[in-house]
Amino acid sequence: MEITERSAAHIARDVNGGTISAREVTDAVLAHIDAVDGDVGSYLTVLHEHARAAAARVDERVKAGEKLPLAGVPLAVKDNMCLTGTRTTAGSKILERWQAPYTATAVERMIEAGAIPVGKANMDEFAMGSSCENSALGVTKNPYDLSRVPGGSSGGSAAAVAAFEAAIGMGSDTGGSIREPGAFCNLVGFKPTYGRVSRYGLIAFASSLDQIGPLTRTVEDAAIAYEAMAGWDRMDSTSIKRYVEPVSRELRTDLRGLKIGIVKEFDTKALGAETHAVYEQAYRDLQALGAELVDVTLPTADYGLATYYLIAPAECSSNLARFDGVRYGLRVEGADVNEMYEKTRAAGFGPEVKRRILIGTYALSSGYYDAYYVRAQKARTLIADDFRKAFASCDLIAAPATSSPAFQFNAKSDPYSMYLMDYYTIPMSLAGLPALSVPCGWVTPPGGDCEMPMGLQLTSPLFTESLLLGAAHAYEQKTKHASKHKPLLGEVPVHRG
Amino acid sequence: MPTNRSIPTLSSEKIDVRYVAKLARIALTDDEVERFETQLGDLLEHVNALAKLDVSQVAATAQVVESRNVERDDEPTPCLDRETVLAQAPQRQGAFFRVPRIIAAD
Repeated sequence: MEITERSAAHIARDVNGGTISAREVTDAVLAHIDAVDGDVGSYLTVLHEHARAAAARVDERVKAGEKLPLAGVPLAVKDNMCLTGTRTTAGSKILERWQAPYTATAVERMIEAGAIPVGKANMDEFAMGSSCENSALGVTKNPYDLSRVPGGSSGGSAAAVAAFEAAIGMGSDTGGSIREPGAFCNLVGFKPTYGRVSRYGLIAFASSLDQIGPLTRTVEDAAIAYEAMAGWDRMDSTSIKRYVEPVSRELRTDLRGLKIGIVKEFDTKALGAETHAVYEQAYRDLQALGAELVDVTLPTADYGLATYYLIAPAECSSNLARFDGVRYGLRVEGADVNEMYEKTRAAGFGPEVKRRILIGTYALSSGYYDAYYVRAQKARTLIADDFRKAFASCDLIAAPATSSPAFQFNAKSDPYSMYLMDYYTIPMSLAGLPALSVPCGWVTPPGGDCEMPMGLQLTSPLFTESLLLGAAHAYEQKTKHASKHKPLLGEVPVHRG
Repeated sequence: MPTNRSIPTLSSEKIDVRYVAKLARIALTDDEVERFETQLGDLLEHVNALAKLDVSQVAATAQVVESRNVERDDEPTPCLDRETVLAQAPQRQGAFFRVPRIIAAD
């Protein structure tokens, strides 16, 4: 198997064992990026020199006898995560030339575990979007059909891993931004419990929802990445002081003794016959693995979208107030300080970011605060309660990750149709739950000429990542949906085994 | 669950995009004002579905997992040095960020 196609676990094992060096892995991946990224567009910045220097350090550590869980593993870092000395843009013109002066804790931990950041990955501006089309700085395509989007907002990280331009992608998920691109790109996309992974050095979108997690080609890799990045951090007061179980050693191969809830309100019949059949088969496969399927109800989940589109914009309008042209980033001069702010933000933010700031500002403004923001926070309580009640009768919940496979560019012209892409992922985000998407089959989208991947979403109670990844592993090992098709990169040579 | 309390309804008035943009410190063109008015109006219609939920007996959730105040000893610890930070400034003057005049001249 070509180096670039190997799993993170495979690469780390070989680098630790001395059969290949981190430098050789890095060179192979950089060469592959140089060959294919012109077509895919995963990266906003490729870190050639930085990566080679990091690989040399890993090789020294391995030579000195260290065993590193991610030794030599090529890493795509979403461009809203700081990495000292690299351009960090959040996909926005307002930060187009900003160099991060420090490194995000989660990224630092991945590097400490031996991972090699090879590039900063494209994303929807400030992580607001579900297709990567809201990036102000580049276009990322789906490696399985270049006429389709990779999903978002962590679309660059997802495309990079799917196109073998990295073994692990770091993403951030606020309402589905890891799980949806994971589903669209035939990957495992894993959002840990809110607070499990430090947000220090992650450019904030909606602070009560943002969570960093991995995008990988296998569940085992997601588990290894999670172990490396999770854990309390004194630099993030919302990070949780709690033991992180060694999940990668506890990955199950069956689901015996587990009850899995199927959500009554998430009827997949409306999603079309082919998609419906994929999810019906997925639920049957869970059963065949030994799980008992039970019906659960999430009566408030349907209000998730409305709740989210008040809370997330409200938090973003506050978080993005810092981009004012004073201390860093773009500045457009004005006659006085207010004009400078207004012109800077007008030129620096794209339409989706402006929309969300405006909605958030409105929802928080005098006279509307209780009617909108507080009401949404109360709805959030009801949604979290729904899950608590459901988990009284099951261990995990299975649901669709998305309502359709990856769509074509410019297919979602009005903002609300794009927001609907996160219908199935938002409730879990509002409840802070760990959730992931795992490949569950292929459908041919209307007007499409090749099959595109779909994702099964699994979620479990707070802090039960071990259970969640274990169940996903059993499902992945039995079904092996991901291996049915390889990415199609046109005339571009793909290094295949 | 039946309740005697009346459920307050959400606003049905049109959003004043120009005013909100002023609060948010974003200059908008006339085209943007028109477009955002329609788009935000559509979104608010969807969001108004929340009026159907009875939340009169429900506490607000700001954050889902356990949280408490986090304090540390009041001891200085290393931070980014001044030059590193000022190197990113759009405009600086010595050790300061330079901005347009804020207080009017006499």
